[in-house]
Amino acid sequence: MEVSELRTYILRRVVYAIPTLLGISVIVFLITHLSPGDPVRLYTFGALNVTEEDIQALRAHYGLDQPLPIQYIDWLLKAVRGDFGSSLQYNRPALGLLLERTPNTLILAFAALALQLVIGVPLGVLAALKRGTWIDGVVRVIGVVGHAIPAFWIGLLLILAVSVSLRFLPSQGVLTVGKDVWDIGDRARHLIMPAFVLALAGIANYSRYLRTETLDVINQDYIRTAHSKGLRARTVMYVHALRNALIPMVTALGGLLAALVSGALVIEQVFTWPGVGQFTYAAARSKDYPVIMAGVMVASVLLVLSYLIRDIAYAMVDPRIKVP
Amino acid sequence: MAAPATQLSGPAALSAFSRPARSLWGDAWHQFRRHRLAMAGLVSLIFLVVATLLGPYVWTVSTSEIDFTQSLLGPGFAHPFGTDDLGRDLLARAMSGGRVSIAVGVSAVLLAITLGTTIGSLAGYFGKLDNPLMRLTDVFLSLPVLPLLLVIIYLFKDTLRQLFGAEAGVFIMIVSVIGILNWMPVARLVRASFLSLKQKEFVEAARAIGDPDMRIIIKHILPNVLSPVLVAATIGVGNAILTESTLSFLGLGFPPDVPTWGRLLFDAQNYLDFAPHWALFPGLCIFVTVLSINFIGDGLRDALDPRKSS
Repeated sequence: MEVSELRTYILRRVVYAIPTLLGISVIVFLITHLSPGDPVRLYTFGALNVTEEDIQALRAHYGLDQPLPIQYIDWLLKAVRGDFGSSLQYNRPALGLLLERTPNTLILAFAALALQLVIGVPLGVLAALKRGTWIDGVVRVIGVVGHAIPAFWIGLLLILAVSVSLRFLPSQGVLTVGKDVWDIGDRARHLIMPAFVLALAGIANYSRYLRTETLDVINQDYIRTAHSKGLRARTVMYVHALRNALIPMVTALGGLLAALVSGALVIEQVFTWPGVGQFTYAAARSKDYPVIMAGVMVASVLLVLSYLIRDIAYAMVDPRIKVP
Repeated sequence: MAAPATQLSGPAALSAFSRPARSLWGDAWHQFRRHRLAMAGLVSLIFLVVATLLGPYVWTVSTSEIDFTQSLLGPGFAHPFGTDDLGRDLLARAMSGGRVSIAVGVSAVLLAITLGTTIGSLAGYFGKLDNPLMRLTDVFLSLPVLPLLLVIIYLFKDTLRQLFGAEAGVFIMIVSVIGILNWMPVARLVRASFLSLKQKEFVEAARAIGDPDMRIIIKHILPNVLSPVLVAATIGVGNAILTESTLSFLGLGFPPDVPTWGRLLFDAQNYLDFAPHWALFPGLCIFVTVLSINFIGDGLRDALDPRKSS
């Protein structure tokens, strides 16, 4: 693709992302605001000395007495500047509270992504090269099983086996209480199990995907040509086949990032990992609207961004792609 | 596979021409039966469904009888799956809860494919609707499913409970949220098929004899889209069961008196060190069910792919 064409393509994708984000913001806003139960009454429930006037004043203070469209525009204008309001529970900016927990989630997600690539890709290629052997069989079983197994259940079983029985790895948190913040070894010991569990579905996905792709590519004419002109099998594999088999991986990446954003929530819950997902979950339990909305919006923006990066990367990697 | 066919001669060759008539579904079943894993999946799924439906009539132990002298027992003759902290029989609970887990999976997928097929056919058939409907699909695809599910459930649970009662309210809510957040892949699939099918001669012929749009969509094009939708739906049931178990595991699903597999795991997680069996069996039930369904889906995909049947 020409550079100028590519630029148009990127611009078009970015412009397309805007209505998507607006749509998401409307959905998130409506869900939280049309739900029954008044947060002000919830938070003043049982408190002494709270009069009806106080409640009305609080509602006015949070803008809850305005008509819905006004509330939405108000919220949106602030939200694009990063102001999601203050947490009703902590009385601190919601976005700030979430951002404090973002590094933990990112560490978990990237560790999982790395494991997926390092384990899943070689498994898939290996299976394709050793097609029909027991290695292929094992990889295919992993591909199927990884898809059908509830990740949180594997998490529980691992905690049971590794933490409870063997007392080998810690089962919760990011750091042992009292250890130095920069104790990388201790952090790694905490990270290994949740990252592996979170990576499981992706490992299954990648191995399946790469097996099909590699099989597809090694049956192409140009691979036969490469073989017949006398190139070493190794060269054909790495230079000719793998490069092409890896192209569609870029597409898979976007979907997997989505899975990581969603999946992290459960895994964080199982391993008491103090990340964004766990915090949003706690906020939903206590109807802390600003935090809920910020949490879901942050996750959505991450998703839209990862899809955007995926599409652009795909257009850059694969010269055959047409600009729609 | 082609080699032996060329050696046929005489009566064998004749009989190849005089075989009984075969339908699309007959062919598919023929193809499906040769898929060993799919057949294994079908058998184990039928076993599980029958066990959850009829099991409680055979294994008549109460699901709710509390007996503290029997609490946290491991698997044994009296309690094959063991007991929980209140001494309730976990096999009986897993069977009665499993019924709900499977019902949620199937109903949620029915909703998702109904929505997906409707939106996909409209977008694919009517050029004017294509762009707006596909934008809508993009929006839904970019929603972070799990955080959103949890928010919706927390916020609307009590109202639905008051409206429809504890069990029915939660059932309706979980089925609708899973359905509403999972129709997008089906819509894309159906739209893509519609885009190519509406150019075909048989659609042109139908239009030429004056069939209205709705009739063309429903009677002429939709039947051709059925097989990919069926495959997607099968795999979807497995995913919906996983989603339900995740929600229940987060404590967002059914109340404790409806022991779906995920709910059993939610209750089990605090007793991991004393009663590992409690977490083992319900998880195994989910795993085997979803695995069977996925195998069936794989088999269906191969069986319904016209390029593969020879």
